[in-house]
Amino acid sequence: MVQIYTENLHIGYGERTIVEDLTVQIPENRITAIIGANGCGKSTLLKAMTRIIAAQSGSVIIDGKRITEIKTKELAKKMAILPQSPECPAGLTVGELVSYGRYPYQKGFGHLTQKDRDVIHWALEVTGVSAFKNHPVDALSGGQRQRVWIALALAQETDVIFLDEPTTYLDIAHQLEVLELLKRLNDEQQRTIVMVLHDINQAARFCDYIIALKNGRIVKAGTCEDVIQADVLREVFHIEAVIGTDPLTGKPLCTTYNLIKGETAYV
Amino acid sequence: MEFLFLTKIKKKMSGFMHAFSFTYKLFIALILLIVTFILALTFGAADLDMAKVFHAFFSHKTNETFNIFREIRLPREIGAILVGAALSVSGAIIQGLTRNPLADPGLLGLTAGANAALAVTMAFVPTASYLWLTVACFIGAAAGGLMVFGIGAVKKSLFSPVRMVLAGVAITAFLEAIAQGVALTFKISKDVSMWTAGGLVGTTWHQLQIITPIILIGLFLAVALSRQLTILSLNEEVAIAVGQKTLQIKILLLIIVIILTGCAVALVGNMAFIGLMIPHLVRPFVGTDYRFVIPISALFGASFMSLADLLGRTIHAPYETPVAAIITILGLPFFLYVVRKGGQLRS
Repeated sequence: MVQIYTENLHIGYGERTIVEDLTVQIPENRITAIIGANGCGKSTLLKAMTRIIAAQSGSVIIDGKRITEIKTKELAKKMAILPQSPECPAGLTVGELVSYGRYPYQKGFGHLTQKDRDVIHWALEVTGVSAFKNHPVDALSGGQRQRVWIALALAQETDVIFLDEPTTYLDIAHQLEVLELLKRLNDEQQRTIVMVLHDINQAARFCDYIIALKNGRIVKAGTCEDVIQADVLREVFHIEAVIGTDPLTGKPLCTTYNLIKGETAYV
Repeated sequence: MEFLFLTKIKKKMSGFMHAFSFTYKLFIALILLIVTFILALTFGAADLDMAKVFHAFFSHKTNETFNIFREIRLPREIGAILVGAALSVSGAIIQGLTRNPLADPGLLGLTAGANAALAVTMAFVPTASYLWLTVACFIGAAAGGLMVFGIGAVKKSLFSPVRMVLAGVAITAFLEAIAQGVALTFKISKDVSMWTAGGLVGTTWHQLQIITPIILIGLFLAVALSRQLTILSLNEEVAIAVGQKTLQIKILLLIIVIILTGCAVALVGNMAFIGLMIPHLVRPFVGTDYRFVIPISALFGASFMSLADLLGRTIHAPYETPVAAIITILGLPFFLYVVRKGGQLRS
């Protein structure tokens, strides 16, 4: 069980403020989506929550401790991160890459213990990539590659997994495949999942909780029924949305939308 | 079309190569090094046969042939092996560190810095001992590297590969100008260019006594940190995500590169391309994981340098062809090949 929340988080680059005074709690054992227009600070927020970038002020608290006070290796046993479309050096094999997920548990020269090998094996199995163990990562398709990166995150054995746009550059079937995998990890192992998503319908379908950002501030945070609302989407994306119900899942669904006349999406 | 075909063959090759265990590959590389080393010891302006080499090694007799061997050829070949290993490992580390397939200690201002420091020291402290010249090379390599990294990192986008290489080119030109200016002003250009033209000529046991332990420690540390280097070479964010102290590791790796490059310059002067070339030659055999790339690069680099020096001594015997020229002639087409391949080191 891991509790994560932010307290008055300010994040910026130099003079430019990206995220302002943001306080939010991530629900435990749930899937949370962060949505918002381009440049609203959603990726920045994810990076600050995972110590990839430092906040200017405020703090991120995990299990009652500020992340700045926790050793980075200890933190790597609590949270895993999948950056947006990470690159992989050509020729590195799937098995080699995923084995580096055991780094937080290793000392010295990094000899793999039986436990390490078991976890790696399991991570490859559960993501369905064990057949490619000795293949170079760059020889795989986009969907397979993304599952390999998820396997790397799983090998870290963390309660929380952060993902930055895990479906970008995938076709619709592979997008669904990745999201189903995350859903299964959440269902079967109660892992807390936090991800930045572009597609609001995917967020509504797969996530229990949605945080909608605009200009680095929270417009609305709550269940998908609370957030996927015409007035919220109007404010966040500058669109006039028609909200229905997904006949398959019963979740809210943005069936169609228009840009709002006289307003531009990019302020 | 033919490129597609080549890629296919390469993919097949790499699958095949992965089947061999690493110990086996390490063994082959070691045998290769031993064979080239013996060849290099045997052939030269004064040909010695195997039996003589053996005698020179193990007997206490002295005669002219044995002296050539003991005082000239043996230290020279040991120097070649050390420099080859040091530069290849430096190249591999820099390529991983900057995630830049074109990186080379010569490209990021390190070699030029060491050279400039050498010229300045020779000019102002003509009596400086070899140890101090070596130290000067470390400081120069560090200064050159810091200037490049400093310029490369002025903006927030730390270590952007392209920015770094551009900065490297500019700083290298600047430092070379300093080295030449100092050499001309102090009328020591002959001494400096003797050194920087790149040669193992005149490598002495005294020099080796100073350099060998430092290079061996550098190589050992490089192997010890190779796992960290792979993590760093993946992606900055992934490295942080799995819990690496990235800044600390980067600084450590840079220090190793500075030490290895400094030693190499102190021994042979400028020697471009070998650091670029060897890791690229090694990757098709062992993959991209630096746990394998670093040790094999050290062995391959050592063999390559020793072979290049052998060529330099024999193709136009009894005259010396500068080994730097040989390596450049071999290295330039390779450089163009990597450029042509573009960013294909990463997918």
